Amino acid sequence: MADRELTMAAAISEAIAQEMENDDNVFVMGEDVAKYGGIFGATGGLLDKFGTDRVMDTPISETAFIGAATGAAAEGMRPIVELMFVDFFGVCMDQIYNHMAKNTYMSGGNVKLPVVLTTAIGGGYNDAAQHSQCLYGLFAHVPGLKIVVPSNAYDAKGLMIESIRDDNPVMYFFHKGIMGLPWMAYFTGSTNEVPEESYSIPFGQAKVVREGTDVTIVTLSQMVHKSTAAADALAEDGISAEIIDLRTLVPLDRETVLNSVRKTGRLCVADEDYLSFGLSGEIAALVAENLDSTNLNGSVKRLAVPDVPIPYSRPLEQTVIPQVAHIESTVREMMN
Amino acid sequence: MEPTKEQLLWMYEQMLVIRDFEETMVNVYLEGKLPPEIQEGLAFDIGSGLVPGEMHLAAGQEPVAVGSCVHLTDDDTITGTHRPHHFAIAKGISLNSLAAEMFGKVTGLGRGKGGHMHLFSVDKKFGCSGIIGAGMPQACGAALAAKKQGKDWVTVTFFGEGAANQGSFHESLNLAAIWNLPVIFICEDNKYAISVTREESTAIANNADRAIGYGIPGVRVENNDAVEVYDVVGEAVARGRQGKGPSLIEVSTDRYLGHFQGDAEAYRPENEVSTLRENDPIDRLQQQLLDSGMTEEEDSQIKERTKASVQEAYAFARESAYPDTSEATQHVFV
Repeated sequence: MADRELTMAAAISEAIAQEMENDDNVFVMGEDVAKYGGIFGATGGLLDKFGTDRVMDTPISETAFIGAATGAAAEGMRPIVELMFVDFFGVCMDQIYNHMAKNTYMSGGNVKLPVVLTTAIGGGYNDAAQHSQCLYGLFAHVPGLKIVVPSNAYDAKGLMIESIRDDNPVMYFFHKGIMGLPWMAYFTGSTNEVPEESYSIPFGQAKVVREGTDVTIVTLSQMVHKSTAAADALAEDGISAEIIDLRTLVPLDRETVLNSVRKTGRLCVADEDYLSFGLSGEIAALVAENLDSTNLNGSVKRLAVPDVPIPYSRPLEQTVIPQVAHIESTVREMMN
Repeated sequence: MEPTKEQLLWMYEQMLVIRDFEETMVNVYLEGKLPPEIQEGLAFDIGSGLVPGEMHLAAGQEPVAVGSCVHLTDDDTITGTHRPHHFAIAKGISLNSLAAEMFGKVTGLGRGKGGHMHLFSVDKKFGCSGIIGAGMPQACGAALAAKKQGKDWVTVTFFGEGAANQGSFHESLNLAAIWNLPVIFICEDNKYAISVTREESTAIANNADRAIGYGIPGVRVENNDAVEVYDVVGEAVARGRQGKGPSLIEVSTDRYLGHFQGDAEAYRPENEVSTLRENDPIDRLQQQLLDSGMTEEEDSQIKERTKASVQEAYAFARESAYPDTSEATQHVFV
């Protein structure tokens, strides 16, 4: 296979297209997913390939169409439904957390719900408090939803195919700042080689994206690229950082995290979600529960949004969302 | 209900201010967002420049704002949308603090924290949201408060035709109806929910007809015309002040620009906007005023005044300081 690079947006839409070709039960719906190809490009080109029966623009009625995805899934379809920004979950959360997430359990495992709920996350481009959140921690907190958060095109394709084939509800979070859009600055490391053939990546397998010996940085999504940049700078001063890209939060690959911390003795979590009661606390708790085997050399450090809504003004936004310099300086403090 | 000449002039001047404010933003917004100043390979970078982030402008939608707000005082409340500038200006919010908020400056309405979709003024009783349909429930609350306090104040809640398919629209109409609240629900039908047309998204042709389902009056204004809006909203505001309950109004209006600045608008027929602009509501009101006695000189004075106020606002925004980064963690709670 010749080398071929795709943006993350193109990799996601290719994965969806391949599964739609394989399985007539797969269809797509959401706001602006058809003619527009998804505001962030995740469904680009699908309308031309599959037509309006299988790629459906919806009214701004999230409760109705996300609930409809659950209903169609229960009847054997495999819907992919888009919530344009994760921030909009508030208008439809009941259908997500009380129904999509629970109907399988409440039916004693009898009801299968193979839904993929895709959604855009993240800040960094000054879209303020209602269009910049990550919130994957909130959904990971609710039992019954698998949580996928890719950081690059290769993973995005394989994880999307896995998501569509899974018989359970999957929430698939793509960060706007790694989609490779022509109208938003992005971390170019997210655009990478993607095989044309179909492949899947199993859930619950974190990836060691950079090996190191001094400190473990546990991260995901766009923050993987910020962490990599920080690790490059740290390496110039002889500090060796290992970076773990979690890739999925539910299921969570605890062993890869623990094995890395056992090796390095230091843990820094770099997260773009809110600080308290979320992902960074979960990872810290995981290590705390395994202190006997991890031999920490110092306190765990957590980088995340410090429990404030995302401010609009650029200097404020850059203060609250962890940046490369924050990761770098935090690791340096840990090494002192 | 007929506007006085003074009211006509006020609406005309406000529409000019709004149009100038929005069209000035079109260019200011692009500063720093185009090659070669941005990441290589990009055509445009939404997060760069003086005014980063999404920008939803209301050029073409002025009549609904001025024809409504002309009936309101500082005691009346407005809830707006993600495309809120025309409402904010017509409600009397200072252009300087509005522009400064767009630049993320500490002199802005929300000290730079809110940004252009999230404008709040306690003095002018104005709020808005980036979430579709979010203003209507809060409007019911404002109206409930006025009623409980024995005031004749009304609340006007603006929303788009796309929002009329949200649950909050139907829930709020019912709530306002059963509690007889002084809420005027005003739907701006600009025909597009981003790329999704009204015909694709909505089961009926006239959202005002949905009022029947809640036992309240519903009226549609067809012509994106400030005077027609004046008439219909005036009746609804009077009803509200008299304790006769809520009304639902839909106004056919036109979005001249993209959903957001940078929207390629491939979904939109070619020449649609240029055709619309040929029948511009500001030009029509100007002609009406000239026909009824406004002189060319008076017209020029109005235009000079509005232009100067918009230029001053943008200069103020540029010159203002950013908030100190220590402010980032303030104001989560009072």
